[in-house]
Amino acid sequence: MNFLDYAPAPESQAILNLQSDYGLFIDGEFVAGRGTPFSTINPATEKQIAMIAHANAADVDAAVAAARRAYDGVWSRLSGSDRGKYLFRIARLVQERARELAVAESLDNGKPIKESRDVDVPLVAAWFFYYAGWADKLDHAGAGPNPSSLGVAAQVIPWNFPLLMLAWKIAPALAAGNTVVLKPAETTSLTALLFAEILQQADLPAGVVNIITGAGDTGSLLVNHPDVNKVAFTGSTNVGRAIARSVAGTDKKLTLELGGKAANIVFDDAPIDQAIEGIVNGIFFNQGQVCCAGSRLLVQESIHDDVVDRLKQRLSTLRLGDPLDKNTDIGAINSAAQLERIRTLSDIGEQEGAERWTADCAIPENGFWFAPTIFTNVSTSHRIARDEIFGPVLSVLSFRTPAEAIAKANNTPYGLSAGIWSDKGSRILAVADKLRAGVIWANTFNRFDPASPFGGYKESGYGREGGRHGLAAYLKPANSRPVLTAAAPAPAIETASVVEPAGAPAASPTANATAPAPKPAAGKKAAK
Amino acid sequence: MTRLAVPKTYKLYIGGKFPRSESGRVYEIRSHSGEFLANAAQASRKDARDAVVVARGSLGGWAGATPYNRGQVLYRIAELLEGRRAQFVDEIMQSEGVTTAVASAQVDEAIDRWVWYAGWADKYVQVAGNANPVSGPFFNISVPEPTGIVAIVAPQSGGSLLGIVSAIAPALVAGNTVVVVANQSAPLSAISLSEVLATSDVPGGVVNILTGSPAEIAPWLASHADVNAIDLLGAGALDWVDLQIAAADTLKRVLPPENGEDAATPSLERILAFTETKTVWHTKALI
Repeated sequence: MNFLDYAPAPESQAILNLQSDYGLFIDGEFVAGRGTPFSTINPATEKQIAMIAHANAADVDAAVAAARRAYDGVWSRLSGSDRGKYLFRIARLVQERARELAVAESLDNGKPIKESRDVDVPLVAAWFFYYAGWADKLDHAGAGPNPSSLGVAAQVIPWNFPLLMLAWKIAPALAAGNTVVLKPAETTSLTALLFAEILQQADLPAGVVNIITGAGDTGSLLVNHPDVNKVAFTGSTNVGRAIARSVAGTDKKLTLELGGKAANIVFDDAPIDQAIEGIVNGIFFNQGQVCCAGSRLLVQESIHDDVVDRLKQRLSTLRLGDPLDKNTDIGAINSAAQLERIRTLSDIGEQEGAERWTADCAIPENGFWFAPTIFTNVSTSHRIARDEIFGPVLSVLSFRTPAEAIAKANNTPYGLSAGIWSDKGSRILAVADKLRAGVIWANTFNRFDPASPFGGYKESGYGREGGRHGLAAYLKPANSRPVLTAAAPAPAIETASVVEPAGAPAASPTANATAPAPKPAAGKKAAK
Repeated sequence: MTRLAVPKTYKLYIGGKFPRSESGRVYEIRSHSGEFLANAAQASRKDARDAVVVARGSLGGWAGATPYNRGQVLYRIAELLEGRRAQFVDEIMQSEGVTTAVASAQVDEAIDRWVWYAGWADKYVQVAGNANPVSGPFFNISVPEPTGIVAIVAPQSGGSLLGIVSAIAPALVAGNTVVVVANQSAPLSAISLSEVLATSDVPGGVVNILTGSPAEIAPWLASHADVNAIDLLGAGALDWVDLQIAAADTLKRVLPPENGEDAATPSLERILAFTETKTVWHTKALI
């Protein structure tokens, strides 16, 4: 027995009171779905946890209609302070049921309990608490005085941080006065449904939040529904593109938080022990299934070998196994499909000539597992340096000068996050200025906070979640110009129109020139 | 005996130079009353792509200029426009068929708009950025930065000078570089504006102006992988939904068309539409 052998210390599942079947949460109640139910499994054992309802088109219609009724009848008429009070209640209930939510999250997602317990769930509560306080202070949100909400928000979230992504989406939407239809990822619906129970305990008015479960088809029906005013999506860049195409020509406001291939840049004067911990946290946190994961390590050439040796040493001490064990560092991969993708890309890495090193750890018999892996001798054209692997796989590249590090870091269509490790503040700030990424961590990595905006440049999407900026995605300025839609074609162009000679100051809006608002085609449909 | 006038050859404006279209094509510009005014260059796909290349090349310098400097450069455009009021008034009267008073008012408005936007260059970051009170020992700050290359379809109706100024000025404030497709039927103001830009302190390649058919050129810009954003301001009469769909392939930031005389009203939102918020976390020592 060496110092790494620990007795099992699993978190008890007795705290859970799960049902065998879950319905859809529509208009404040659980109702049966009309699609074919599917099972949600524990990725660490492949055993079924529960059966989950599958929302079909009629269910999506019902959920959107409930959200519309709640918007028109209740939520948009409620004072900001009352909206805030509901959000504060939700934050408190999440705190009260934190342990239960953490256990359910680890069970359904496969992430280590120490992460769901110490990161995911506390941040969920913090997110609701933060945005609760905004609900009656929207005049200061940056959209001018008396900003208005958008209406019904369609939100589709991924499986890597199921409950946290739900909080990122729902908290600002409700604070701003919108109502919500949210679809969790197919493999991780469980905590969203427990959250629906919390909404019932909070006595949130029926229909303000609706949670519909299902696969991609349900998500597609939701974002394409003509009666939603806002679409918020977190997930893959390909799906993000498809959504951007599908909302073209509508007045749906869109925010997308998509893929990434973050560079984590380590200069030779970096505090090396901290950097090693940061690199490990950057790519092995949540099994690397993080859109902002530091998946490309850029190490200054002079310290390359030392850093790689230390990394291997550190990775050899990570414990892979039961996600519910309090000592587990690396949990299960979320699904068989994701495991297959990680394997395929890692194999391609080898085929393209990169050198593979995998931590020597025992892999459990059942479930989906991938041992921490490092590739060295990676060049910028390798697929493991370009494609988002979304797994515990680190590609190591080297550089000589800051300019080369910046060029390599920016050599990607993504632009979500980046890391810089150096003891020289002036260099950190100069490099941070030049990196084309939405979140930059200096001498730290993978930090999240409700007060801090998060989101990408380039093909990592647009819009921000978190902080004051996160509210902008769910608000519009008072009296804002109606957005031109395909349903309301542009009037014929005049060959030469007269500019009014009135000497209005440049900054003042011109009065009386606004075209009548094109009503969303289906706006009437739902207004019963 | 009256003096025979010397007509101007109207060309494209790419990379600070005035090339003809590589396609060799021109199209006739007629006055409001139908008289021949000029042959304008009819830009091609290749011209648009050339413009994107120089816009990318000049992005680093323009985005990296100090905000004070960018503000002064934009203000100088207003100074130079003021000095050439008569030329712009004359061209606007010819191509739009409006009175001197109306044309003068448009030029005044365009000049004032440059002044208004120039003043934002060293302020918008303060208004749109902030320090974030995160729960931990971190310095955390969010600041807007330019999105990159912005393709613009200038308004195709209304004031021909005011339209293009309203479209390009806000994109320039933050440090973006632009490729703009001018008003097809009334491009003279746009071309003369390029002469103002060329003699101002705006670095070559920061503003690139193409004359020709927006319906022909805009799809290439919407799908171009090195264009970061597209402003469909004046694309209302085109198949603009298709342009938006094409732009989705590279996840471009898109502003939809606007019609009416208050299109592109000066606003901070227009500046921020082509910015990206960058959030930097830095550890604080535990002392």
